[in-house]
Amino acid sequence: MAERIRKEDLNFLERLYIPEIVKGLALTLKVMFKPKFTMEYPEVKFIPPSSYRGRPVLVMEEDGTERCVACGLCSRVCPPLAIQVQAAETESEKERYPEKFEINMIRCIFCGFCEEVCPEEAIVMSKDYELAFTNREDALYGKEKLLVPVHQLQDRIDFLRNYK
Amino acid sequence: MPKLIIDGQEIEFQQGQTVIQAALKHGIDIPHFCWHPKLSVSGNCRVCLVEIEKMPKLVIACSTLASEGMIVHTQSEKTLAARNAVMEFILINHPLDCPICDEAGECKLQDYAYQHSPGESRFVEEKQHKDKRVPVGPFVMLDVERCIMCSRCIRFCDEIAKDPELTFTKRGDRVTLATYPGREMDNPYSLNTTDICPVGALTNRDFRFHARVWDMSSTKSICTGCARGCNTEVWVRNNEIMRLTPRYNEEVNSYWMCDSGRLNTWKFVNAEDRVNSPQLRRDGLLVKVGWDEAFSAAASEIKLIGKEEIAFIGSAFATNEDNYVFAKFAKSVFGSKHLDFIRYTDPSFGDDILRRNDITPNSLGAELSGVAPSKSGKNIYEIIEGIKTGKIKALFVMEDDPVAAYSELESLFSKLDLLIVHATNYNKTTQLADIVFPAATFAEKNGTMVNFKRVIQRLRPATSTIELDRSLNGMSMSRLDKFGTKFDKWAQSTKRDARPSWKILTGLAAALGTKYKYQIAEDVFEELASAVDAFRGINYDDIGEIGIKIKKEFTAVEKV
Ligand code: SF4
Ligand code: SF4
Ligand code: SF4
Ligand code: SF4
Repeated sequence: MAERIRKEDLNFLERLYIPEIVKGLALTLKVMFKPKFTMEYPEVKFIPPSSYRGRPVLVMEEDGTERCVACGLCSRVCPPLAIQVQAAETESEKERYPEKFEINMIRCIFCGFCEEVCPEEAIVMSKDYELAFTNREDALYGKEKLLVPVHQLQDRIDFLRNYK
Repeated sequence: MPKLIIDGQEIEFQQGQTVIQAALKHGIDIPHFCWHPKLSVSGNCRVCLVEIEKMPKLVIACSTLASEGMIVHTQSEKTLAARNAVMEFILINHPLDCPICDEAGECKLQDYAYQHSPGESRFVEEKQHKDKRVPVGPFVMLDVERCIMCSRCIRFCDEIAKDPELTFTKRGDRVTLATYPGREMDNPYSLNTTDICPVGALTNRDFRFHARVWDMSSTKSICTGCARGCNTEVWVRNNEIMRLTPRYNEEVNSYWMCDSGRLNTWKFVNAEDRVNSPQLRRDGLLVKVGWDEAFSAAASEIKLIGKEEIAFIGSAFATNEDNYVFAKFAKSVFGSKHLDFIRYTDPSFGDDILRRNDITPNSLGAELSGVAPSKSGKNIYEIIEGIKTGKIKALFVMEDDPVAAYSELESLFSKLDLLIVHATNYNKTTQLADIVFPAATFAEKNGTMVNFKRVIQRLRPATSTIELDRSLNGMSMSRLDKFGTKFDKWAQSTKRDARPSWKILTGLAAALGTKYKYQIAEDVFEELASAVDAFRGINYDDIGEIGIKIKKEFTAVEKV
């Protein structure tokens, strides 16, 4: 291993420290009068922009049914194997719907691949980032937790149409 | 042998072969939809167009006979352009159904669209719309929109199932596949059309939407529905069998299997009524016990029975290994002569295509493995007679349900002092049994069976039991099987506490003071191969995926 050589010793002023401390305090003082970036979470909530990737959710149509056709592509593409889909037949025109749809939120890494691969625009990344569990079972999100009315997701859907 | 040149490669062919056949024989795959090795040539999909020098136009490889000195180009500019054009033409009216189509993942059109088409559609007009859910038969669903009019299914019904049921109606882009008026596609082989349909137009109603093909593992096995023993793939997801498909074996079943075998031979494996641990009858009820407890209980009960008073019923549903150890157990541990198995025939089942009247998969194998009464021993009818007269006081039944076979046995069996049964599922015989051992099904064990043509074939475990581990036991694994923790749902799927019969008998023999040295099914077969002439010199590797034929002179067993 090469010998470490200090390039330059600290000069006299630097060794005194006091000018440096003053510099630091000046910066603090300057920032104190600038507008604030932090917020009083959880009293005040952060509302992310539409490019944000919060937990993936399923789009629920106006009539209360899921848009998903249970093709299983999201489940196939999901890198950490978080999604499990069980298809079944429905009388409606789309023929197939997810009888079961489960995302294991402990496994999910919020990559957004599921959203990207979905041929039906049926799974999108929401703005929800408040995910805390105290046990493994609670982290399994079934259809009841995943389905979100389409009008609440319009933001993200518009974003996808523009940028995907 | 005459030769032709395909893509610069000199290839030998037999007179009468078409270009596509000659090419395929040498591993050159010329794309095709309508051509099938076992069906007549119809030449309507046009995707196998190739350029042949000195011919004025491109020709279809499926109907052009190979001839000496022919120079064929399958990758030339002209060929590729034609292929692209044909693909574009076929895709014009094909719906964008892949997300809801069961064929996705094993679809020829999907594959070819990826391999051989320009990758973009120029068609912006409205596609043709046709019926999406037509039940063309009891087992098959037709989606007319997805049909690419290859006519494979029509030719299958005409030529293989010998029961013309399907035809095309209308013309041009309105062509519609339909059954003849008043007819259904209900021939006993109808589901084979779902295998050969290159797209998802014909799908299996029993499997429809149940699983994605890429989520399942497949295991090479054989059908246990009759003495034909059609070669199959067993498709499993989350340790549950989802479907059976035929596997090519020219000697046994070619590319086909019957609907009954495909649909009815495996559902009991997933069923709720599986015997899930050894059981002893206490105060009239079967109660769960551990293996050791069951072995010692069975051993102490058996010891009270004289060797003339016990009879053994093997099984034509069990493997050679199971039957061999069963016969050995009966003869060497007990010195019993009363050993036989029940033969099942159904004269309405057989036909001259695949199905056989013998509806058991291994009757020949059971005989060869030694399940037969010894001299002065009782055969199955005499055993029943013996129970009637009270001479037989105890019965050991392996993987069979005699009470269901002969209803008069119900009252007779309740007279027995001891009834020990190996069963996969609860049945009429286990209802009367004193001791029940849970037997592994055909899908949970290694073993061999002999079909009516004397072909010895292998079973392989497709679903795991408590004592089988997918990776440690070399079973085939799906994507999900390879990963996951014990907390994942798919890793928590049901595993039964069942063992193959030879293993149960090995444990029981040990409890009775006789040690068998078998660790795995192959050990049993090794001994079987040295003990029985018919199997001499054969091992699991030789049997391989398509089986081996046993020589005729060894199988001249007397028929009862
Ligand atoms: S965001 Fe990524 S990790 Fe999460 S469910 Fe979708 S594909 Fe899986
Ligand atoms: S990719 Fe979309 S349509 Fe397919 S299963 Fe997932 S959410 Fe449903
Ligand atoms: S249903 Fe399938 S096999 Fe039959 S003609 Fe159409 S594409 Fe071919
Ligand atoms: S013919 Fe016999 S072995 Fe073949 S699939 Fe049918 S039942 Fe099974």
